Amino acid sequence: MSTAVATPRATLAATPAVSPSTQYLRAFTGLFVRDLHVLRRELGPFMIRIVMNPLLFLFVFTYIMPHMSNSAAMNPTASMASATGVNFSTVLLPGLMAVAIMFSGIAAVALPLAVDFGSTREIDDRVMCPLPTSFVAFEKIIFSAIQSIIAAAIVFPLAYYIPSTPVYAHVTSWPFLIAVVVLASLTAGALGLTIGTAVKPAQIGLIFGVVVMPITFLGCVYYPWRALAAIHWLQLGVLINPIVYMSEGLRAALTPTLPHMHPAMILLMLTVFLALLTWIGTRGFIRRVIG
Amino acid sequence: MEDGIVSLRGVRKVYEGKQAVTAVAGIDLDVREGEIYGLLGPNGAGKTTTISMCTTRVLPTAGTVHIAGIDAVRNPADARRTMGVVPQYNTLERACTVAENIQFHCLYFGFSKADAKARTAQLLEQFHLTERAGAYPAQLSGGLAQRVQIARAIAHKPRVLFLDEPSAGLDPQSRIAMWEAVQRLHTEGITVVLTTHYMEEADELCDRVAIVDGGKILVEDTPAALKNSVGAKTLYELDLREPSDTLGPILAALPHVSGVEQTPRGLRVMAEHADGLLPQVVSAASGYGLRDLSITEPTLETVFIRLTGRDLRE
Repeated sequence: MSTAVATPRATLAATPAVSPSTQYLRAFTGLFVRDLHVLRRELGPFMIRIVMNPLLFLFVFTYIMPHMSNSAAMNPTASMASATGVNFSTVLLPGLMAVAIMFSGIAAVALPLAVDFGSTREIDDRVMCPLPTSFVAFEKIIFSAIQSIIAAAIVFPLAYYIPSTPVYAHVTSWPFLIAVVVLASLTAGALGLTIGTAVKPAQIGLIFGVVVMPITFLGCVYYPWRALAAIHWLQLGVLINPIVYMSEGLRAALTPTLPHMHPAMILLMLTVFLALLTWIGTRGFIRRVIG
Repeated sequence: MEDGIVSLRGVRKVYEGKQAVTAVAGIDLDVREGEIYGLLGPNGAGKTTTISMCTTRVLPTAGTVHIAGIDAVRNPADARRTMGVVPQYNTLERACTVAENIQFHCLYFGFSKADAKARTAQLLEQFHLTERAGAYPAQLSGGLAQRVQIARAIAHKPRVLFLDEPSAGLDPQSRIAMWEAVQRLHTEGITVVLTTHYMEEADELCDRVAIVDGGKILVEDTPAALKNSVGAKTLYELDLREPSDTLGPILAALPHVSGVEQTPRGLRVMAEHADGLLPQVVSAASGYGLRDLSITEPTLETVFIRLTGRDLRE
């Protein structure tokens, strides 16, 4: 049996004092490194999670359907798309990226938090790091955003290889694209934080039916927002859905030939939703971990 | 009263709700640097709430909490640097190995990667965990997981270690191993604050014990002084077939008997000396349906029962 390594009493002081900002930065970096490490270990499941949805969507709607006769009749959006001069693969690209971004926020923040609060309490040691509690929540949002960006980027190669008709993507403004992707990804993380802290852990399974499905299907993912003009009440109603601004933003940035909202409006609304959801989510987080 | 390394003043915690629950009803407490301090009390006494307020996880409704001079309510992020915490439940990261659990903890507290590695190796050795360094928490027994949690909690060299019900769910052997680990930390100079509802644990491990009930500290002293406060060296627990009012005074009149009290099953005779007393107690009580008799020494449980009229496990 090995003998204990005695620590002399003199060294039993807390870690030497540094400025609060250095202390916070180091703790924050530590949390980030930990998340990165765990993600790297679970790379396989992560890849499956982010690839399956766009893969199947593109395969069914842009490969199988066009091979069927009369596909446009079965798929009104396709006919609408062809009316504007682009095919449905092109309509779908920004929408699928928005879904990928949103879903990563749920999978990276909401679901793990439900497990944490519901049973394992694994997050305890991270909450106890020398950092204001809200920063632990911010770290979750930022790390989730990185996963969202990867998930969105994965859609590109899939959309290039799978569809039977080519996708027309054209970036007119890289800064706008980057701004949209970053804002949308952070908003998705904040949404995940809000859901993960607001929903009772035992009921987290319900959020797919109650939140995820509605905001996806009513998120202008499979059709441009302008195309909703025929159903005016719905066109106004979906404006409270942050996914609308994610898909419209990506549409404006990637497939500008399709009708889309005004870019300034998109950036403004994404910022508003980011601020709102971060505020609600962080408050919920603090309420969950501090009695 | 001089401020201790853990210092609570007028601390109260009321949980608002349909029915407001007062978990802690005004606690003043000072833990001296280097001692092992125990909060002993039954479940629901307010021990965990008290320790959670010390560890910045529960905000007090009123009062102040200072850890190593830092206001833990106003400045929780700084206060956390001075404390290590082992909560009641296993909170090890399931996706990380034993070594990684400790290493990441070090990183949170500003260690460089090399320092974190070195500190982890040292702790694994100190806690006899080196062989399990690459194991995942799910593969560990309760006792081992507890040891990893303690190693992780002290990885950033805190001045105070908080242990909430450290032996809950541990088998007797693991409990003794845990006590040894805590005692070793104690000799290295770390201050330990623990909660427990096992009187043996408080008695064996703690330099000072506060007996807590109903969100208040009833009494606070060394285990020896608390047991002395009972005023007897030996206790005779008499199990009687039927209660009797006349037996009490007869027993109380015996030499060296310092007191007699009613218990649910019969009588308790407290004596300063035991010499030759047993036959006298037996012969006096045999006419009253004496079924059983046990001889014990006062324990912290006796102290608790005398203070509250209840059992620790009730």
